[in-house]
Amino acid sequence: MHEAALAGAPRAAGASARHPAWARFFRRRTAVAGGVIAATFLAVTLLGFWVTPYPPAATDYSHTLAPPSLQHPAGTDDFGRDLLSRLIVGARYSLGMGLSAVTIGAAIGSFWGVACAFNGGLFDNLSMRIADILFAFPGILLAIAIVAVLGPGLTNVVIAVGVFSIPSFARLVRAPSLAAMEQEYVHAARAIGAGGARIMFRHLLPTALPPIIVYFTLRIGTAILTASALSFLGLGVMPPTPEWGAMLASGRLFINVAPQLVIAPGVTISLAVLGFNLLGDGLRDALDPRLRT
Amino acid sequence: MIPILLGVSLGAFVFLHAIPGDPARMLAGPDATLEDVRAVRSRLGLDRPLLVQYALFIRNAVAGDFGRSYRSGAPVREVLGQHVGPTLELSIAAIGLAVVTGMGVGTLQAVRRNSLPDYASTVFSVAGISTPAFFLGLLLIYVFSVDIHWFPSGGMSGLRSLVLPAVTLAAASAAVIARFTRSSLLEVLGEDFVRTARAKGVPGRRVLMRHSLRNALIPVVTLIGLEFGFLLGGAIVVETVFTWPGLGWLLIQSIGFRDYPVLTAEILLFSLQFLAINLVVDVLYAALDPRVVYA
Repeated sequence: MHEAALAGAPRAAGASARHPAWARFFRRRTAVAGGVIAATFLAVTLLGFWVTPYPPAATDYSHTLAPPSLQHPAGTDDFGRDLLSRLIVGARYSLGMGLSAVTIGAAIGSFWGVACAFNGGLFDNLSMRIADILFAFPGILLAIAIVAVLGPGLTNVVIAVGVFSIPSFARLVRAPSLAAMEQEYVHAARAIGAGGARIMFRHLLPTALPPIIVYFTLRIGTAILTASALSFLGLGVMPPTPEWGAMLASGRLFINVAPQLVIAPGVTISLAVLGFNLLGDGLRDALDPRLRT
Repeated sequence: MIPILLGVSLGAFVFLHAIPGDPARMLAGPDATLEDVRAVRSRLGLDRPLLVQYALFIRNAVAGDFGRSYRSGAPVREVLGQHVGPTLELSIAAIGLAVVTGMGVGTLQAVRRNSLPDYASTVFSVAGISTPAFFLGLLLIYVFSVDIHWFPSGGMSGLRSLVLPAVTLAAASAAVIARFTRSSLLEVLGEDFVRTARAKGVPGRRVLMRHSLRNALIPVVTLIGLEFGFLLGGAIVVETVFTWPGLGWLLIQSIGFRDYPVLTAEILLFSLQFLAINLVVDVLYAALDPRVVYA
């Protein structure tokens, strides 16, 4: 897609101090735009309560279902609560769930993958078969099954969404680690008596870092989508928690009279996912062009 | 294939037993005495060792017997049978729509590379991947059925009611297929044999259809298989939005009613479909690409 930009990128004089991957990243406007969107969402998530125009739970029964206006940029809901404030506070739930789910999946999956490469043999074989089985379930179905067992709620959604990231990360890390096992520096490390943990974390895992970073970013978008879908289906976070999917589900009843109750959270979810997807695409092209599909 | 199936069935079995609550007590009803509950338990075989129960579960599953629905008392097979049709109808309509628009748009993008339509399609496909299906569905309902009443907002009543759910379900897949077709075709268009064909005077249309597309679409077939699998997952959400009486809608209903026999059978069925699709894709792949040889 961007072969020209990748192959023949002449290094600008001022950019010479920068790593070439950064230069490649900043050459793509969509990647930078994705980065800006993702950073904005992260900032809003961290600032949360400090930047809301109104207290997110404050009701105002004289202004229910108000359309967007100067006082309420996104309108108000059926309790007269300011929609924008609720969306801002909701970032902590929707984005937070996505981030923590992928972090859990990446941590466990990476460890698993590197352990497979290091140990090989039966452990590796068995692990990859288990990964095959986990892959056999469509992600959302696996998440629904897990939530059906554990019950709804924030923590359980994070677990459910995190679990289905594990096998992907395991496979992603296993392949480059396996290749590194044959490298001389790993043999050398072994020869001077480095322990298993040291070889796994100091010598094998770093070779898999670029794909981990790329996949981590891309996965956040999917995780946000799945987590909000669970909440929308009534299996995740329940109202009155201002999680975006739950807000959309309750706003559904008012779609005829106050469409902003559906449109505002929907656009917010799409924008957040879009930001992380564009950022991930950009990182992929910058860090590991071979990963491109 | 078989080990994976066994693993999946073990997963479903563990799932059934991990669920909180005693199915025997639930089936026996609120007024049941301890004796009644015990009778139901032995009738269901729940008092036997777990290993025996698993063997029985496998035997019954192979025979298509998943017990009776807690909710309606009807055999699970019958309950599922009622909902398979609508899901098939919806997912086939959606994958057809996704393949036609995805491949069409992707081909157009590759042929008219870096043109306005190419950029516009790229923007649409990125947006399509990022928009949650439940939001897109509600948006379509708002635009096409609340105000102008072109299509019904839910339920299953003839071809018109199929349009909005099928479009909703197809959108993300169409976007992915378009993106993939574009890059795959661009790659083939840069190959030597395409240049040779052009040089020896093969008409442009024939170069595209016979020489390029046929080669470019081989990897796309794999993707379509994968997308069909994802579509089945997506159907859970879309069917709920449009109250489409398919397997996905049934799944959410069964969770609400804690109808575990139906739930377990559904999870097995969904996985089975997913595995079957993967198998079909592998076979198709070998049939389409003479370079692939199965040992």
